[in-house]
Amino acid sequence: MKVLVFIKRVVDYNVRVKVRPDGSGVDTDGVKMSINPFDEIALEEALRMREAGQADEVIVVSAGTSDCQQQLRTGLAMGADRAIQIDTDKPLQPLTAARAFQALVEQQQPGVVLLGKQAIDDDNNQTGQMLAALWGRPQATNAAKIELSGDTARVTREVDAGLEVLDIDLPAVITTDLRLNTPRFVKLPDIMKAKKKPLDVVALDGLVSDAGNDLKIGNWSPPPQRGKGIMVDDVAGLVTELKSRGLL
Amino acid sequence: MSTSPLMDLRHLDFLLYELLQIEQLTQYPRFNEHSRETFEAVIDLAHQLAETQFLPHNRKSDLNEPRMVDGKVVLIAEIGAALDAFNQAGFMAVLADYDDGGMQLPFVISSVCDALFSAANPSTVAYPALARAAANLLHVYGTEEQKRLYMLPIIEGRYYGTMCLSEPQAGSSLADIKCQAQPQADGSYRLTGAKMWISAGDHELGENIVHLVLARISGAPEGVRGISLFIVPRWRVNADGSRTERNDVTLAGLNHKMGQRGSVNTFLKFGEQGDCHAYLVGEPHQGLAHMFHMMNEERIGVGMGAVQQGSAGYLYSLQYARERRQGRHPDQKDPATPPVLLIEHADVRRMLLQQKCYVEGAQALGFYAAMLVDQALDPDKNVRRESHLLLELLTPIIKAWGSDYALRANDLAIQILGGYGYTREYPVEQYYRDNRINPIHEGTNGIQALDLLGRKAMMQDGAALQALFKRMAASAQQAAQLEGLDGFAAQLLSGIKLAGEVTAATGQRMLAGEARLALANATHYMTMLGHLTIAWFWLQQAMIAQRALPDANAADVDFYQGKLQACRFFFATELPQIKHLAELVGDADQSALAMRAEWF
Repeated sequence: MKVLVFIKRVVDYNVRVKVRPDGSGVDTDGVKMSINPFDEIALEEALRMREAGQADEVIVVSAGTSDCQQQLRTGLAMGADRAIQIDTDKPLQPLTAARAFQALVEQQQPGVVLLGKQAIDDDNNQTGQMLAALWGRPQATNAAKIELSGDTARVTREVDAGLEVLDIDLPAVITTDLRLNTPRFVKLPDIMKAKKKPLDVVALDGLVSDAGNDLKIGNWSPPPQRGKGIMVDDVAGLVTELKSRGLL
Repeated sequence: MSTSPLMDLRHLDFLLYELLQIEQLTQYPRFNEHSRETFEAVIDLAHQLAETQFLPHNRKSDLNEPRMVDGKVVLIAEIGAALDAFNQAGFMAVLADYDDGGMQLPFVISSVCDALFSAANPSTVAYPALARAAANLLHVYGTEEQKRLYMLPIIEGRYYGTMCLSEPQAGSSLADIKCQAQPQADGSYRLTGAKMWISAGDHELGENIVHLVLARISGAPEGVRGISLFIVPRWRVNADGSRTERNDVTLAGLNHKMGQRGSVNTFLKFGEQGDCHAYLVGEPHQGLAHMFHMMNEERIGVGMGAVQQGSAGYLYSLQYARERRQGRHPDQKDPATPPVLLIEHADVRRMLLQQKCYVEGAQALGFYAAMLVDQALDPDKNVRRESHLLLELLTPIIKAWGSDYALRANDLAIQILGGYGYTREYPVEQYYRDNRINPIHEGTNGIQALDLLGRKAMMQDGAALQALFKRMAASAQQAAQLEGLDGFAAQLLSGIKLAGEVTAATGQRMLAGEARLALANATHYMTMLGHLTIAWFWLQQAMIAQRALPDANAADVDFYQGKLQACRFFFATELPQIKHLAELVGDADQSALAMRAEWF
């Protein structure tokens, strides 16, 4: 069985992002980029499936410019067997990404598709769901535990009310949550081995025609600065103040 | 701006790829499978491990120093966990040959990784650093069997190692060591004696500890010419590599230190039962020469470790000064206006600039020297010769100037935080304490200064100094063509002239048999040549910045302007100090030498 893992190149979680002065987006010049942490968990899970003998091949995929090959190489160093870069110089919105992924999934015929529940840059939490719908296969999101057995998977999900257990037929899309596992560190010799593993590049246009984004982004702006606080004399004063601001 | 607490990562990239252009090292056959991509991946991994495995227990180690329980050393568990991660990732084998399971990376990349680990936790990184030093020595001087039994297990992360030089009565003065080795019929030796200040001398982190011990074979000549180097395993090892019984090495006590408390420092006794098995490494009586073979690398390591503590303090105090509001400008005393950020005050900027100049200047020098180590592989004989000369000369400067001025940087970081900086609620006081050892160990800074002036500056008729001055002058000539840098070029050239003159004057005195007088101001010479060298590195950084500015993006414009301003600051406030220092050395000031013990 093949496992396909989608990873996104995002601004590292340690970086304090800044909006560009012209409001055209977040400034990524010279900023440290990493694999989206949720996707890293997805990759770790795929590697564990292969180590447990439940998968034969782990393929790691990313979409973007050749810059994202850096993250793909990291994925290969972690242990993925091969990598595919979907080449595009445009940032992809979830639906466009899902359409491209669907085309790739149909080519590769994986038994399981894994990806993070969301990417930490835009926090959309959409791509996995859209991919499952387009592909017409089951989905289990926010996975905290995955048990494979034959043609099915039992997925424990973290939901507001606690834990929900789903049995789904494979192939399926599973999106991963924080507590699923702790990703391994790369080993230095594997960095050298990763250089020799196959990394294919496919053009976005070759996967989907009309690959344009559907949503127009108007403007980016940082959250407003927090204003100065005031002191109130008593609870009544607090209530009055909150009401006057329409907060109560 | 970089948000890493360990190092300004933009500055690191600047040093490696803009100043040093380390990619050229991949032309050497040893490194030809590497590329910028692998360098970055390795550094990234080091950063990730340092931040997640080493940094979090830095304070806990300080608060829970090692204890001796039933004759064994007890460390906090986090140290072992961090080192397991370090070993599993393969960091013990960064420099080792592919054939030995290593990564065959350049020394400069290994130095960058070490720098990141040191910035995160200097105590924990001491264990693998010492082990690696032992493995390096065995790689050069060990027999095939010694390498198999003792070196490979270190590279694999199973064994640790130590360097046992000092004794209670002989610290810096190795000529006076007394440890004795009795030859045995089977070719091994039995060792007796005591060793003091042994870092990582005893612990349960690995399966074994390989002590590398300096001792005298019975009947050996007095002084440094009678010292040999021995392997003393804590656990004896069979020919098949399996561990047998404990060797006769006793943990006699722990030293309780001011800083770097997580690295256990021990007093060891060898052969109390008369049964301490030891194995000669290399030639008899050549122990000190063997030990010093790796000294340049070790001293660069100490200097850079110091600089990284300076860096940690600089980055912390910079962040603090950007966030904390305190006071108002001298011409703006209205209490109704909000207080300004600390970083608005000129005097705070001075303290930040001093730290930036010391830290980033010394990092440039340190990685430059690390690259000189790699240039020992250059196909051109002249490049190899000049690299070696420069390395010999610059090593004491990195060690002594680096540790002196990094400590000043830590002092300034405390000052910026004010009263808070003096409390244990903030990390800067620990950086200072952890850093305070660096001017002392691996040859005190006083000894480094004597080595620099008495030996390195004089060797081969001043060939090393001439090579350094030649490179400095070449930079000055280029800088003279750049707008705004020509004044600094002239300043550097006159500094070179001055340093040349006082070195010559010292040489004359030494030839005239006045070594004691000639070397009385060696520490001032160290500061002078150190400042001149760091000025050179600031000029080089400024030149790159000046050339890159026109095409730089917004973030890089700030970065390069910062480089140019730091260069201006160093040439305005620090470099002029060398004139006074040069006078003291050139005129052989006697005020210290002529003082008498009874006059104190």
